[in-house]
Amino acid sequence: MNQKVMEGSDVRCELVGGQLHIAITGEIDHHNARSLRAKIDEKLYFYRPKLALLDVSEVSFMDSSGLGLILGRFTLTRELGGELRVINPSDSVGRILDLAGTSRLITIEKKEVKNHEENPAQ
Amino acid sequence: MKKILLNECKCRFSACSENESLARTIAVSFVSQASPTISQLADVKCAVSEAVTNSIVHGYADNPAGVIEMDFRRYDENFVTITIRDKGVGIPDIDAARQPLFTTDVTGERSGMGFAIMESLMDKVQVRSTVGKGTTVTLSIKLGVPT
Repeated sequence: MNQKVMEGSDVRCELVGGQLHIAITGEIDHHNARSLRAKIDEKLYFYRPKLALLDVSEVSFMDSSGLGLILGRFTLTRELGGELRVINPSDSVGRILDLAGTSRLITIEKKEVKNHEENPAQ
Repeated sequence: MKKILLNECKCRFSACSENESLARTIAVSFVSQASPTISQLADVKCAVSEAVTNSIVHGYADNPAGVIEMDFRRYDENFVTITIRDKGVGIPDIDAARQPLFTTDVTGERSGMGFAIMESLMDKVQVRSTVGKGTTVTLSIKLGVPT
């Protein structure tokens, strides 16, 4: 298992064709959730996207603090007049989302998000 | 039949949120001795994270002067118990706290799923708590591939 011993977290936000792509990397726990929340909310308030795609494919660990983070961002996006979807959860993240029945509220999609359009796969 | 204790590890650390990942790392290291599958390792990591976060957020209200103790025990047949103990405010109504979506948080940022997730991931979750004295959560799980 390729696992780092102590892993932080980070978030990249990018506006692509009116959609806000939010990619979280690393671990989402109560400690990391605070700074992730601040960074994401700043972009949500700034861009007020009609559609926000929260890419969690590179989230290596998430507990109920991650659920809180996702539900909170979903609610904020809706209050700002848009929709937030969760993209590409790994098996372990998907399991936590399932335990909470998240898919009854939030659309969870498995799809390719093109981050490197200038350098397409061969 | 009484289980045979094979190994034990005790640790204590400050109730600061940086130590949530520390607790997970210690848990993964200890539990790895009991032949877990990768998915079981992820489950233990998550359950420990929930219990420790509860102690920090609720037990000690984010006051790093609080102390959390963890006690890991490995028995024969890959049976493991993990006890997470705080001397924080305690839980007035344990049954209510264990309900999915129960939270005392008013900011809307906590999901209230901590105990529900622990119960889903572990074989058994035992909670003892006294208001003003603290809370002890014991997680039990049998690891390894069933034979």
